[in-house]
Amino acid sequence: MVVISDIMIQGAQMLLVLLLAPLLTGFVRKIKARLVRREGASVFQPYRDLLRLMRKEVVLADNASWLFRVTPYVTFAAIWVAAALVPTFATGLLFNWTADLIAIVALLGSARFFLALAGMDVGTSFGGIGSSREVMIAALAEPAMLLMVFCLALVAGSTQLSTVANVLASSYVGLRVSLGMALIALIMVALAENGRIPIDNPATHLELTMVHEAMVLEYSGRHLAMIEFGAFLKLLLYISLIACVFMPWKIAVFGSGPVAYAIDTGAYIVKLAVAGFLLALFETATAKMRVFRIPQFLGAALMLGLLGTLLLFVSRSF
Amino acid sequence: MMSAVALQMSCVAALLAVAVLSIVLSRSRNAAALIYGMTMAICVVATAVAMNWLIRGVPETSALVLPVGLPWLGAHFRLDHLASFFLVVVNFGGAAASLYGLGYGHHETEPHRVLPFFPAFLAGMNLVILADDAFSFLLCWEFMSLASWALVLAHHREAGNAAAGYVYLVMASFGTLALLLAFGLLAGPAGDYGFAAIRATQHAPGAIGLVLILMLLGAGSKAGLVPLHVWLPLAHPAAPSHVSALMSGVMTKVAIYGFIRVVFDLLGQPTWWMSVIVLFLGAVTAVMGILYAMMEQDLKRLLAYSTIENVGVIFVGLGLALAFQANGFRLAAALALTAALFHVLNHSLFKSLLFFGAGAVLTSTGERNMDKLGGLIHRMPKTSFAMLVGCVAISALPPFNGFVSEWLMFQAVLQSPDLPQWALKIMVPAVGAALALAAALAAACFVKAYGIAFLGRPRSAPAEAAGEVDRYSLTAMFVLAALCLFAGILPGLVIDALSPVTIDILGGRMPVQANEAWLSIVPIADSRSSYNGLLVMVFIAICASSAAFFIHRFASRALRRGPAWGCGFSDPVPAAQYSGESFAQPIRRVFGTLAFHARDHVAMPPPGDTRPARLRIELHDLVWERGYRPIAEAVGFSAGWLNRLQFLTIRRYLSLVFATLVTLLLVLAIWS
Repeated sequence: MVVISDIMIQGAQMLLVLLLAPLLTGFVRKIKARLVRREGASVFQPYRDLLRLMRKEVVLADNASWLFRVTPYVTFAAIWVAAALVPTFATGLLFNWTADLIAIVALLGSARFFLALAGMDVGTSFGGIGSSREVMIAALAEPAMLLMVFCLALVAGSTQLSTVANVLASSYVGLRVSLGMALIALIMVALAENGRIPIDNPATHLELTMVHEAMVLEYSGRHLAMIEFGAFLKLLLYISLIACVFMPWKIAVFGSGPVAYAIDTGAYIVKLAVAGFLLALFETATAKMRVFRIPQFLGAALMLGLLGTLLLFVSRSF
Repeated sequence: MMSAVALQMSCVAALLAVAVLSIVLSRSRNAAALIYGMTMAICVVATAVAMNWLIRGVPETSALVLPVGLPWLGAHFRLDHLASFFLVVVNFGGAAASLYGLGYGHHETEPHRVLPFFPAFLAGMNLVILADDAFSFLLCWEFMSLASWALVLAHHREAGNAAAGYVYLVMASFGTLALLLAFGLLAGPAGDYGFAAIRATQHAPGAIGLVLILMLLGAGSKAGLVPLHVWLPLAHPAAPSHVSALMSGVMTKVAIYGFIRVVFDLLGQPTWWMSVIVLFLGAVTAVMGILYAMMEQDLKRLLAYSTIENVGVIFVGLGLALAFQANGFRLAAALALTAALFHVLNHSLFKSLLFFGAGAVLTSTGERNMDKLGGLIHRMPKTSFAMLVGCVAISALPPFNGFVSEWLMFQAVLQSPDLPQWALKIMVPAVGAALALAAALAAACFVKAYGIAFLGRPRSAPAEAAGEVDRYSLTAMFVLAALCLFAGILPGLVIDALSPVTIDILGGRMPVQANEAWLSIVPIADSRSSYNGLLVMVFIAICASSAAFFIHRFASRALRRGPAWGCGFSDPVPAAQYSGESFAQPIRRVFGTLAFHARDHVAMPPPGDTRPARLRIELHDLVWERGYRPIAEAVGFSAGWLNRLQFLTIRRYLSLVFATLVTLLLVLAIWS
């Protein structure tokens, strides 16, 4: 009986992230439009886009292989599993022990690996340019992300996200220099990984500056829907990660009952809204940078992560 | 009942007998099938014996003395847990390569250049691991080197192979010289070359430092540590592909075995500064190896460079183990060593698989240059699938095995803030960052390798006409691919099997993984991290298939084929696709300007001129140009100068002899 209710709660979390992900993206788009005095599409537009894409037929390039057709589902599944392992409204869910933060980073890496391969499958130049830039960004972002993980793990004594969230929520951690650095590094990595301004522009098409959109150019119909959905989920995942680690208030401990879960789900949605608003504000205020400025941006993230970790190696109290 | 070591030695003897037999048979038609079949059978038996010894985990060893070798010493052979683990790696690799050779060997134009040396090479590697005195160790090491050298020169008429063989021979001799000196120091003035006697001796600190350096030179050059790696990307690809797999996947591991045997086992308790050197070299090797691989367009050379990266990762694990052991953190040391040994096993699996795949491509198209391949996923679907598994596994992505050893390695890094030494405190996080960078670059590198060679449109006529390879080669690849997955989803079994090794040489072990719920693995008993590859795989499978099911059932399953979209700019020439060099361009710009002094030269004709624009990429191998070429020039110069001594008159020779005699007598007189 206990196992069944545990599975139900875990399933509820998986469905929650699935349902909220398009809404978050719609919300960010709406805010961005309002900030530049446009009306903007409804916050529910991403759901309509997804449904429309899913119902359309797929136009597949003549020489596309099975890998091209499997990739949308594999990437979506890898991101979904990763998102399910990040605590949202509660920590210590049934399957939180399957994978730690390092494994979550690696799962996102798997998704990117297949997507980059799919970009090269048809053999057009756009796919190649997108893939090669995507792996370059990943090669810079991943070390920064892992140093951020080290930083958290040293404070919390574990790489397990639930434990990290519980430790950081407890009062004795307090404000720390190293955690501040880790937060900035994580935000920079999150911007890069989600293809947001200033790294990539999610709203462009047909520009040589684009990365992610060029890579998935050949996709259409339900395949494109899966990839878009994956991108929505990834944004939600990174924001949940930032929220559960750096805003660890109102996250229920496992088994605290339905009322607590409901309250904390509300708190989670508020956190998402705040983070989404800040993201929209930031994106409106900055310009996209040239591709070869990205190494400097991510290099700064790497250095911040390294500095934070070094401080913790020097003394656990920084 | 024979003892275990006697069984292993009879397997070696059988391999040598097969080598002799193949000389007799080499001209006959079915020799290849017979030789590879027999080699495979022997390797399977040897793997089973070694694995049985490892899994039983009894705290005893099995020794044997043969009345050959030095007359007062004899040849000692001994089987302990460390040796049995490496014997499993070697013989399993040998069995897989033989299976692959059953099919691949048919395409060999000169089989008599490969067949006798193949079993002899395997026998040599087995003997190195079994040897229990310095003399036998060195002799077997040389035997292994020479056998592999002969295999490198199997296709000696192909361009560059003779030079590769020469460089290999020089580097191998240099490595053996370093090992010889190391064992000389270990044996001390008493000159007892048995490992048991060396182990019992208390070594002076200065001698320990020198032995470590010499081992890094000797075993490191064989394993491919930067900057001693230069021979490896030349020699490994030159051999036939199943031998490349053995050299990259297995022989580098024998070198690592030698390092572990001497530094962890024979030297006794390590001191902390030893780990600084090993960690530094490991991190540099990992990052440089994969950057070299990223710049490479030749599929087999790319794989050889990636071997260098993996050796670097293994040495980082060994360095961490030394650091923890020096400070008495037995659990953390066991974790780091387990991570290193797990990576040894993993690399032997996926690197063999990838070399087999590259060999299949080579047989099918005759091409190693990726920029002449493309679209093989349509023409070689099975090979492509196996290669995909290998690429995912080596890129350290879950749920495959590469990720598990990487994960254990990171967990070991996270244990290190407790180390008391400041140098290590500052160094270890940087090494962790270097590991993460190497892993991310490895993923980029294998996206490139797979994307250019197997995806896209064919870039040449042979790639267009390629066909699937024979079923022996495919079986070998699929067995290895299955093992990559198996070790990735059930890592607890491997970790538990490795525990006798860490108990033997470190006195500690990782927690018993078989007791963990749901087959999870945990790095350290009191730490609260866990990873479960099986569940991750099951989750991904369930999520992906349910998503696909719902969409196909409730939304749409319509599909239409059409020409590629490409924003309306269809490029009909396959050469207009992204090539390996263009794929590497962003990473070349970011890392290459520093590491390779990379420059892009664009020759743009003036407006109105109809000549095409040209892009030339300038890359410098700084290790070769700044390190080896000056040495080679100095050697050449002094040889030319000494050459004059060859053409003197008899008078001058006599006066030279006289002068030498007088000098020596003078030295003797002053000395005493």
